[in-house]
Amino acid sequence: MTARAATNEALWVRVLLVVIALAFLTLFLFIPVGLVFGEALSDGLATYFAALTDPDAGAAIRLTLITAAIAVPLNVVFGLAAAWAITRHDFRGKGFLVAMIDLPFAISPVISGLVFVLLFGAAGIFGPMLAEADVHIVFAVPGIILATIFVTFPYVAREIIPTMAAKGRDQELAALTLGATGFQTFFRVTLPNARWALFHGVVLCTARAVGEFGAVSVVSGHIRGETNTVPLHIEVLYNEYQLTSAFAVATLLVLVALLTLVAKQAVSWLENRRVVA
Amino acid sequence: MNSSSSSSPAPAKRPRSYRPIPGLGLSLGISLFWIGLVVIIPLVALVLMSLRLDAETFWNVVTNERALMAYALSFGSALVAAIINLFFGLLLAWILVRYRFPGRGLLDAIIDLPLALPTAVAGIALTATFGPHGPVGEMLADMGIQGAYSRLGIVIALVFIGIPFVVRAVQPILKDIQPELEEAAATLGATRSQTFFRVILPALRPALLTGFALAFARGVGEYGSVVFISGNLPNKTEIVPFLIMTKLEQYEYSQAAALAFVMLIFSFGILFALNRFEKARRRLPRIVEATA
Repeated sequence: MTARAATNEALWVRVLLVVIALAFLTLFLFIPVGLVFGEALSDGLATYFAALTDPDAGAAIRLTLITAAIAVPLNVVFGLAAAWAITRHDFRGKGFLVAMIDLPFAISPVISGLVFVLLFGAAGIFGPMLAEADVHIVFAVPGIILATIFVTFPYVAREIIPTMAAKGRDQELAALTLGATGFQTFFRVTLPNARWALFHGVVLCTARAVGEFGAVSVVSGHIRGETNTVPLHIEVLYNEYQLTSAFAVATLLVLVALLTLVAKQAVSWLENRRVVA
Repeated sequence: MNSSSSSSPAPAKRPRSYRPIPGLGLSLGISLFWIGLVVIIPLVALVLMSLRLDAETFWNVVTNERALMAYALSFGSALVAAIINLFFGLLLAWILVRYRFPGRGLLDAIIDLPLALPTAVAGIALTATFGPHGPVGEMLADMGIQGAYSRLGIVIALVFIGIPFVVRAVQPILKDIQPELEEAAATLGATRSQTFFRVILPALRPALLTGFALAFARGVGEYGSVVFISGNLPNKTEIVPFLIMTKLEQYEYSQAAALAFVMLIFSFGILFALNRFEKARRRLPRIVEATA
């Protein structure tokens, strides 16, 4: 028997703890995610691909991509601006600004969608005005984009701010001293330094934009082929008991989620490598 | 523009604090514009809309039996799930930081999956697992337990959603605990469990509380993963977000807003308490830092 350090647990305790943890993850993570693929392929590959190439599925994928393509860049601009203001300047009310950025994280997705229905819905504050102008926001694509922007709003800012704060202002000050303009400093010094944080923020923001369900569900109206994003399309299929198709489309989102995790690992690996080098 | 200075008796021309880095106006302007447009205006609309109800109706909407049951269910199941996550989150963080076993790196990466997985997918996947025909659901049914379409189902979904928050809050703090602390405890004759409960756990308490609060806050508002597995029976398995959805579908905008308003107050209360707690923690010297 080997002696164990006084600061470690007995072997049987360690094994037991690992086994319990693995059992927990199996129950809550591995079986459910495995079942998504199992159910999706339960009627064979032909059915699987038929569900993915269905015109409604195609429309849902297109709408999801358009939504992400609009929401993510806007939130990137905001995130960079907010990070520049917060980490490179001192002003009163900074704490308030940071709290506002975190706000959407604390709000139920349903409420995130609800607020836009209250603003632009038929019985909403601007509802009558919009009806007169024949502009449709709720139960239409603009509402979906607005709700997505709301829920993905903090991601980029939250990733860049800690990195930029940690890097400090010295490099920017040096660049400015050497005669660089503000924009030159930003694009040649700040942005390269924060690029991995930015990349990670964009990945998280995109993943959430693609996968958001609650908020989008409230404003969408679930019009097939028109206002269904991929998660909503899954819900519609599921509620119509087209389970195999629902799970087939869901595998796409599982793959997006797994890609997100891979990207995260890659970023932390690249960052660590840079520190060592 | 500058006429205001003439009214006061010529203040000594104090130079405005010198800002060596340009762009405050532009960056702050973009930030405030975007926050105002995307966050503040919608939330003001929510408050205005709920205030369209007179006090009596408002009170009635948020305190009728169905609403109270939904609030109790939302907050209750989020609390139970957060407590479960406290234990398993600590366990997972512990084995990931302290032990070396094959597949540890993969496990560490996969912990974030519930955050990355769209909630609707989580909902149907968990329902397939714990539902009457699912592999786990069948086993539960044999024991007379209904996994899906029950309150247990809601807790299961919230455990799934909340677990990364606790693990990721505890992990860095656990990594930072100096081995000398545990060595000292062992030298002084503490058993391993005494060291854990009297030395390690107190150092982790703030992180555990942070993770707990984050998991709880997320669980209270969760919608996507819950609606599939809960069955959404009024007074039984109906959470507040679903009740809000129902009111919206009935075009009861003000009632939906009132329910949401009360929920927001609670959520902000939790966030505020968390913020206060973190500030208090920063003021106290942590064991971890004191020994560094």
